[in-house]
Amino acid sequence: MHLPRWGVKRKMTPVNQMKITPPKLSVKVRRLIFDNSVPLLFIIICLAGVYFSKLPLVFIVNTLLSRITRNSFLVLALVIPVIAGLGLNFGIVIGAMAGQFAIIIVTHYKIAGFPGFLMCLLLATPIAILFGILTALLLNRTKGQEMITSMIAGFFANGVYQFILLFLVGTLIPLKNPDLVLSRGIGIRNTIDLATETGLKYSLDGVLQYPLFNVLVVVAVIAIVSLCINYYWKRKKIPETIDNFRFLTQIITVIIILGVSLYVIRTGSPLRTVKLPIVTSLFIAGLWFFNELIIKTKLGQDFRTVGHDMEIAKISGIDVDRTRIIAMVISTVFAAWGQIIFLQNIGTLSTYGSHVQIATFSIAAILLGGASVTKATSGQAILGIILFHTLFIVSPKAGNNLFGDAQIGEFFRAFISYGVIGVALGLHAWNKRIQAMRKRLEVL
Amino acid sequence: MNETLNKIIGRIGLPTLIITLLFVVICVIAIIIGLPFGLIASDVIRRFGMFGVLALAMVPAIQCGTGPNFALPIGIICGLLGSLLTIEFGLTSPALGYGFISAVLISLPFAIVSGWLYGILLNKIKGSEMLVATYTGFSIVSFMQIGWVTLPFSHPEMRWPIGKGLRVTVSLESTFGEVLNRLWGFTIGGVYVPTGLLLFFLGCCWLVWIFSRSKSGIEMITVGANPKFAAAAGINVDRNRIIGTILSTILGAVGIIVYSLSFGFLQLYLAPLYMAFPAVAAVLIGGASTSKVKISHVIIGTFLFQGLLTVALPVANQMFPEGNLSEVLRMIVQNGIILYALTKMGGET
Repeated sequence: MHLPRWGVKRKMTPVNQMKITPPKLSVKVRRLIFDNSVPLLFIIICLAGVYFSKLPLVFIVNTLLSRITRNSFLVLALVIPVIAGLGLNFGIVIGAMAGQFAIIIVTHYKIAGFPGFLMCLLLATPIAILFGILTALLLNRTKGQEMITSMIAGFFANGVYQFILLFLVGTLIPLKNPDLVLSRGIGIRNTIDLATETGLKYSLDGVLQYPLFNVLVVVAVIAIVSLCINYYWKRKKIPETIDNFRFLTQIITVIIILGVSLYVIRTGSPLRTVKLPIVTSLFIAGLWFFNELIIKTKLGQDFRTVGHDMEIAKISGIDVDRTRIIAMVISTVFAAWGQIIFLQNIGTLSTYGSHVQIATFSIAAILLGGASVTKATSGQAILGIILFHTLFIVSPKAGNNLFGDAQIGEFFRAFISYGVIGVALGLHAWNKRIQAMRKRLEVL
Repeated sequence: MNETLNKIIGRIGLPTLIITLLFVVICVIAIIIGLPFGLIASDVIRRFGMFGVLALAMVPAIQCGTGPNFALPIGIICGLLGSLLTIEFGLTSPALGYGFISAVLISLPFAIVSGWLYGILLNKIKGSEMLVATYTGFSIVSFMQIGWVTLPFSHPEMRWPIGKGLRVTVSLESTFGEVLNRLWGFTIGGVYVPTGLLLFFLGCCWLVWIFSRSKSGIEMITVGANPKFAAAAGINVDRNRIIGTILSTILGAVGIIVYSLSFGFLQLYLAPLYMAFPAVAAVLIGGASTSKVKISHVIIGTFLFQGLLTVALPVANQMFPEGNLSEVLRMIVQNGIILYALTKMGGET
C-alpha cells in the first residue's frame, strides 16, 4: 500500500546526478517497517488471533499448510497483470472456470491420479488461453477501468458458465454420465465427487509427501550455503551491489527457520508429523521462479513499461494491446491450473460455487502480503496467503472465545477480505489522483 | 432504409432495443404456453414499483459525475436501520403509515451523514469511483453483519428466539408490510394495480426531476457534464458531487424501505451485497450511460428489466423445471449491460 511519500513536494533529482550513498541502518529499518506496515499489522492481528483461539498448534500448522499449498498457485497468478498495469485481476475467476471445465472432462473419462492431473492441465490450457484473450480484448477497450471490468466480466462469465453447464449439457452437448449429469438428463450436478477411485483427489498432493520440518532443514541449509556463496562471489566481482542489510536479514530469517525446524525435530513434538506435498510445492516454486524470471526477459520489460506508462510504451515501439493480451493470457492460464491444484486438494468440485469467491480471497490475500494495485511480488503473494489463511483458521474460534459467538469471528474475516481490498483500492485511486495533479502542476 | 434504421437504433439505444425484443419474445412465449396473464401482469407492475426507487437512486449519482452508484448498499443499510428502529420503538401507528413514514424519517439522518462522508471519500478518488464504490459497498455490508449480531435490538419479532442477533429476514406483516401496495389498490381485468406504490415511485421521480430543474440541480448537472467548465464558472465541484452522493444515498434508503415493504420482509446480513448491480443495470437498460441519465431511462429501464425477470421466471420454469434459468438470464443480462456501458465509457480520462 503506497501512501503519498515524503517525496511529494521534493523535486526529483535526475538519475545521473544522484549520489549513491547507502542509507543508514536505522533509516533502512524504519523504511522496512513503513513499507511493510500492512503485513506487519496483520502479523500482529494473526498472532493475537492464534493466541486467543487457543487452538493446538499442530492443528493450525496442519490446516495452514494444506491451505497454503492449495491456494498459492492461484494467488501467484495475480502477479503478472499487476506488473503489466492491468491492476488486480478479478478475472482469475474466468481462468478458474476453464480449470473446472477440464476437471469435468477428465472426470468423465475417468483418468485417475497424476496422469489425470496432467491431462487436466493440458485440457485447461487452450480453454484458458481463449478466455484470457477474450477478457484481454474487453480490457483493452476499457483502459483505466480494468479492475471493475474484469470483476463484472467475472460475474458475466459466471452466467455464461452456468448456462453452458446447466442447460447446454445434455441438450446440445451430448453427455450421458449419471455421476456427472442430473437425473433429468440435462445439466451437471451441483457437486462432483473427486474422491472416487478414478477421481482426482490428491492426484498431485499424494505423489510425494515428506515431513515438513525435515524438508525445511534441507531447504534452509541449501539456502544458507547459496546465500553465502552468492555474497562472496559478489564481493569479489561487483562489490558495489552488495547490500549488507539485505544479506543479514535473509541469513537471520533462514537461520531462524532452521533453528525452529531442528527444535521441532529434536523435541519430537507432534508438529513433526506434519507432511508437505512435495510436487505441489515444486509447482508453486516453479511459478514463483517463472514470475521472477519473466521480468528479466524482453517481454517482462515490456510488461513493466506498459504498466508504468502506456503512452511511453507506445512511443518506444511496444505493441501495448498485444502485451496486455499476453499478460492476461498468462494469468488466466495459471489461474486455471491453480484452480485444478486447489480442487485436487479439496476433493469435491462444487460446480457452481467453487470458483465464485476465489478472486476476492486471492486478491485480499496478496494485498495483506503488502502488494498494491501497481506493485506485487511473488514473496508478497506467499506471505499474504499465510496471513490470510491464519486469519481464516483462527478467527471463528477467537471470535467465540472473545465475544462468545463464533459468527462474529466469521463475519470479521469476511469484513477483512472486503475491507482490505476496499482500502487498498481507495488508497491507490487517491495516490493516482495526487500524482496526476502533480503532473499537471509540473506542466504549468 | 438502412439509414433510418440506424437512426432509430441510435435514438433508442442498442441495448434497450435488444432487451425490449427479448421482453416481447418472452411475453409471447408466456401467452403461447398459457400462463395466467393476470397474475403475471400484476407481478410485473408490483416489481416495477417495488424496484423503481432503488434504480432512481442512480440518477443523482450519475448526474453529479460520480458514475452509477455501486455503493448503493450504504443507502440500503441506512434504510434497514431506519426500519429496524421503527419496529424497535413501535412507531407503527396508522398515522405514521403503519411505520412507513417513520422508517423513512428515521433513515434520513443516517443517509445524509453517511452520504456526506462517502461523498468526501469519492472526491478523494476521482476517476476510479465505480471500483472503489463497489468495494465500499461490500465492506459496509460485511461490516454490518457484525452490527446485526451485536446491536442491542430487543423486539421479539426481530431477534432470533434463541441465540444472538437479528433474524436473517424480519417480517413486516404486523407493521408496514404492503402498506403502499394496498393504498388505493384495485383490480382491473384480473390485474392488481398497487396505486399507492406506483404513485409513490412516480412521485419520487417527479421530485428528482423537479430538483434537476432547480438552480442547485442545474449546477450539479453542470458539474457532472463538465467539471472543468463548472469550476471555471465558479461552481464548487466537490460540494456538488457530495450533494449528488447524499441524494443518491437517501434515495437508496427510501428505495430499500419501499422494496422491503412490497416484499414483506426486511432482508439483513448478506442480502444487500449485490443489490446495487440490478439497479445499475436497470438504468443502463433504459438507455442511460455512465455519465448521462434521464428520469425516463429509470422508468423504462426498471420496467423492462424487472418485467423481463418476472415473466422469464415462470416461462423458464415451464421449459426447464429444474435449474434456475431465469437467474442465469439475470446474471447474463445484468452484467452484460454493465460491461457494454463500460466499453462505451472510452479510455482513460
